Amino acid sequence: MLEVRSLSKKFGDFQAVNDVSFTLKKGEVLGFLGPNGAGKSTTMKMITGFLEPTSGDATICGKSVQVEPLSARKDLGYVPENAPLYEDMYVREFLYFIAKMREVFNDKIEEAINKVIKMCSLENVEYQKLETLSKGYKRRVSLAQSLIHDPKVLILDEPTDGLDPNQKHDVRELIKELAKEKCILISTHILEEVEEVCDRCIIIGEGEKLFEGTPAELKSKSAKGRIQDVFRAITKGEHLEGVAI
Amino acid sequence: MINQTVKNLFFKEFASYFKTPLGYVFLVIFLFGIGYLTFEPGRGSFFYMREASMTSFFKYIPWMFLFLIPAVSMRLWSEERKSGTVELLLTMPVTVKQAVLAKFFASWAFIGLALLGTFPMIITVTYLGKPDYGVIFLGYLASFLIAGSLLAVGGFFSALTKNQVISFILTVCVSFLLLMAGSPPILDFISSFSPKYVVDLFESLSVLNHFDSIERGVFSLSNIWFFSVMISFWLFGNIILLDENKAN
Repeated sequence: MLEVRSLSKKFGDFQAVNDVSFTLKKGEVLGFLGPNGAGKSTTMKMITGFLEPTSGDATICGKSVQVEPLSARKDLGYVPENAPLYEDMYVREFLYFIAKMREVFNDKIEEAINKVIKMCSLENVEYQKLETLSKGYKRRVSLAQSLIHDPKVLILDEPTDGLDPNQKHDVRELIKELAKEKCILISTHILEEVEEVCDRCIIIGEGEKLFEGTPAELKSKSAKGRIQDVFRAITKGEHLEGVAI
Repeated sequence: MINQTVKNLFFKEFASYFKTPLGYVFLVIFLFGIGYLTFEPGRGSFFYMREASMTSFFKYIPWMFLFLIPAVSMRLWSEERKSGTVELLLTMPVTVKQAVLAKFFASWAFIGLALLGTFPMIITVTYLGKPDYGVIFLGYLASFLIAGSLLAVGGFFSALTKNQVISFILTVCVSFLLLMAGSPPILDFISSFSPKYVVDLFESLSVLNHFDSIERGVFSLSNIWFFSVMISFWLFGNIILLDENKAN
């Protein structure tokens, strides 16, 4: 459902992303791992069509982001980094606006809003102004807006960043639930998250894909089963005892 | 051309003026300011002219707009870029062109509303005498068109920078230049080092000259043409800037 073909991005002389390719099928959750500044968000922005790649392309449900951007975006739900929202709007009003923009049919909008409010547990704040919400709620509103049109592909840029452990747990449970019907690309630098929710993971460092495989494969590279050792060894190129890469 | 997406975005943007104090502050300052300037007991003031016309009212409109319109336009894109919501907006099924048009028309409609708020002026001149309503209508049209031009300039500079203050200052400067392009000091300065056709070109760019001619009741296609080109030019620049951001 999501196919990424040799995406590259250069900012001036700086190669932010270099030749990253992967595919993602329905029912799969792909974890996008990497240190800060590795090019995770840049890659995601290119997949969503927000940034134009220097070369390469991405297709969402068979539609190229470059050639038919509008129809490709219809099947896409996106939670940008730091979950930006129109803070002067109310939760319900904001979701209504997004539903309208996402071309949800008028008679289905109310139903869609109620559904995502329930999914993301926003019942307590549905009549509040967005700027008054806590960070955790803002994340969840951002997640709710990405789900309102029931997209087939979800792209979540660090969706659990800044949440407390309970909220992290809830969001992960939600992702697992959603994964049955959709394909989800999720970026994170929390390694436990990968083990818990992802079927596969990709590690990128300095814009290049360094590893692709299941979390179990990643873990098995370390004699002690410590995924963080493997991550360090791969991204920093360090030699660590008991880690074979 | 006006499809559902543009409409939805237009209404959201228009409503946003009344969600923050910005809209109200603008309306109060604009209405109070223009009222004061019109009746201010100075030269060319309403009472001094001793006629039932709105000339002294329209005379001050461009100068009020010079400072107030950049305050409205500075947030159009700067704020979206700074808060990151531009990422939300431009990953929805909406083209850059649609987004630019929707935001521009919403701000223009807001200024239109502010102009409508000056209706007591019409009542006043009607009470005092027999005004020429055709000229009043053209005065409002000219004011609305000049507002559109300055908003288009402001939208462009708002897309240029994430910083609203920079966008405000640049818009005021360029708007001032465009207003004053036909004035003797500027033309004299230009003619001191440029050939005649550059001076003529500069003079024809003067927003104020076109405004004055409509406001005096001289309505010609060339004036409408001028404002259309002016607005389209800056909006086009706005679209290009945002597309350019995509590539960088």
